[in-house]
Amino acid sequence: MRQRSLIAITAALAAGALTLTACGSRDSGDKGSDSDNGGGTVVIGVDAPLTGDLSAMGLGIKNSADLAVRNANKQKLVKGVTFKIESLDDQAQPSAGQQNASKFVSEQDVLGVVGPLNSSVAESMQKVFDDAKLVQVSPANTGPALTQGPDWQNKKVRPYKAYFRTATTDAIQGPFAAQYVFNTAKKKKVFVIDDKKTYGSGLAATFTSEFKKLGGKVVGTEHINPDAKDFSAVATKVKNSGAEVVYYGGEYPQAGPLSKQIKAAGAKIPLVGGDGIKDDTFMKLAGSEATGDLATSVGAPVEDLPSAKQFVADYKAAGYKEEYSAYGGYAYDSAWAIIEAVKKVVDANGGKLPSDARAKVTEAMQGVAFDGVTGKVSFDEYGDATNKQLTVYAVKNGAWVPVKSGTYTG
Amino acid sequence: MNELPQQLVNGLLLGSMYGLVAIGYTMVYGIVQLINFAHGEIFMTGAFGALTVWLWLPGGTTMWIALPLMIIGAVVVAVAIAVGAERFAYRPLRNAPRLAPLITAIGLSLALQQAVWAWYPEAKSARTFPQISGGPFEIGSVTIQTGDIFLVCAAPISMAVLAWFVLKTRTGRGMQATAQDPDTAKLMGVNTDRIIMIAFALGAAFAAVGAVAYGLKYGEINFRMGVILGLKAFTAAVLGGIGNIYGAMIGGVVLGVAETLATAYIADIPGMDKFGSQSWADLWAFVLLILVLLFRPQGLLGERVADRA
Repeated sequence: MRQRSLIAITAALAAGALTLTACGSRDSGDKGSDSDNGGGTVVIGVDAPLTGDLSAMGLGIKNSADLAVRNANKQKLVKGVTFKIESLDDQAQPSAGQQNASKFVSEQDVLGVVGPLNSSVAESMQKVFDDAKLVQVSPANTGPALTQGPDWQNKKVRPYKAYFRTATTDAIQGPFAAQYVFNTAKKKKVFVIDDKKTYGSGLAATFTSEFKKLGGKVVGTEHINPDAKDFSAVATKVKNSGAEVVYYGGEYPQAGPLSKQIKAAGAKIPLVGGDGIKDDTFMKLAGSEATGDLATSVGAPVEDLPSAKQFVADYKAAGYKEEYSAYGGYAYDSAWAIIEAVKKVVDANGGKLPSDARAKVTEAMQGVAFDGVTGKVSFDEYGDATNKQLTVYAVKNGAWVPVKSGTYTG
Repeated sequence: MNELPQQLVNGLLLGSMYGLVAIGYTMVYGIVQLINFAHGEIFMTGAFGALTVWLWLPGGTTMWIALPLMIIGAVVVAVAIAVGAERFAYRPLRNAPRLAPLITAIGLSLALQQAVWAWYPEAKSARTFPQISGGPFEIGSVTIQTGDIFLVCAAPISMAVLAWFVLKTRTGRGMQATAQDPDTAKLMGVNTDRIIMIAFALGAAFAAVGAVAYGLKYGEINFRMGVILGLKAFTAAVLGGIGNIYGAMIGGVVLGVAETLATAYIADIPGMDKFGSQSWADLWAFVLLILVLLFRPQGLLGERVADRA
């Protein structure tokens, strides 16, 4: 008996060891061919939640970045350089994001990273990338502190030179939503809910301060737990508060059930959120009563921009299984920005990648400017997108329909 | 408007679901002293079992027909997985040190999550669960959702069936005997292997009913739904007195009501507005748990923890 279990353990260990070596050899196979960095392959890392609740957005980011790389390779945009995507899953967890960042840094042929989706994950990655001078372009982070420092309301200081983003910040998105709700939708009493994460609480805070400034009244606030699914207690509070509208700072896995449960509790009022709820999964979760719910999202509607039509067509033609989701266009532009920066560096170095390619690419990123999927793409002195357009979407017949586009001017 | 009745109903509904899942923890613990951390995932597979039946039924089937079939589907899947887990994961470790089955349970929980994530069609994000049509019911100032009606009926019925089974049937008495002293029970002719398997199966069946209630209540199910709910149900089992089946239900209800009331009212206490939101409700629930365990270490209805140690 004892012997048999010993054999079993040995067999299990051997199988495990084999699997591990198999992984190991594949990794080194990836890198082996071009370790000299003299042209050849440039890897663009993608970090996003590819599993879990937020995977609908994460997979859209991954596919769109992949599409950018495919197009660049097809057009032979940078002579002698083939781009490749390596995507890692951060599960929307800061700890996993940081491990992924270290992994990208350790691989010499990674010259830029697209991602992550979550501001909280970005916080854990920024320093790792900055220390390695590896450029990072996020398609989706909207937390203002990421580019303008923790004290961004009073004194803007850029904390990390290697961090850029193509998304607009909450400092613009929250107030934009507040103006729409107060001025256009004429709702004066709001109930503010957030999920306490970097993104959600930041958005709720910027919304609240602008809404109060406009003369609106906050009749209640509530913080929910991102793990929770039962919001009936909160919904009852909302109903009894007499609010005309609910503002939610957070993401669609909670926003959907929250909207549904608020309406079920008898408060037939719209729920308004940021780009984090603008995903088709929201409708799936919120059910038929979601009609009239609003979301702001960065940029003009992807489907309406002429530059975006090509992207949508290409995306369809490439046959990805998942939708490009809310950040697809931004992810494409983020990857494209890295490609453009690499092109600049290669062109300046006589058609070859320099030995300190990472630092050079990071430097070049500051000056990148091109017409992307989401409009003109370039970065200001903090690494923020110069494109400050936003759009309000409403749920209509089970889909997000753009109702108003504009720029927030403060 | 006074929101207390509504909040109590909210808490009662949430707590009934905790209770249905907690029964599985408490039964298995009562008989083999194993904390079956994979129970939350068995609950989750039950929900997917019900969804599978729904997808297999022709579109437009009325809920009156579909619901019983879905419950059967949920129970069959959950019981099959629980019994399989007992036979192949836990039984070989029955005489091993206590930690070994515990770690096995945690591993099994992760494995089940990933299996559903990887192989169930489109389970990588949430899947919608069929809903019972018809508007909410209003009783005075209290609103009860159509989906919750199922929970309101299922929880007490399940509890009554369980009590009858444990107290009145031969197998139930065998169960009590095994819980008291497995060796003596065996000597008296009780087939303890069978009893243990039935304990796992019963726990899984109640979790499956809870899973259908979860789907009807929230309209969506996903591969991680068992993690937090399992943890809460385990807490409910401890609160009520682990090993005691009535304790599981009472612990569940107390926990659910405590969470709901904490969300609703703590913020109104002067100086406590920072600690009153829903994200703090879990904290208050655990404060309650600690207080209960401080004065009654055996839980609300617990029994004889001392002679186990």
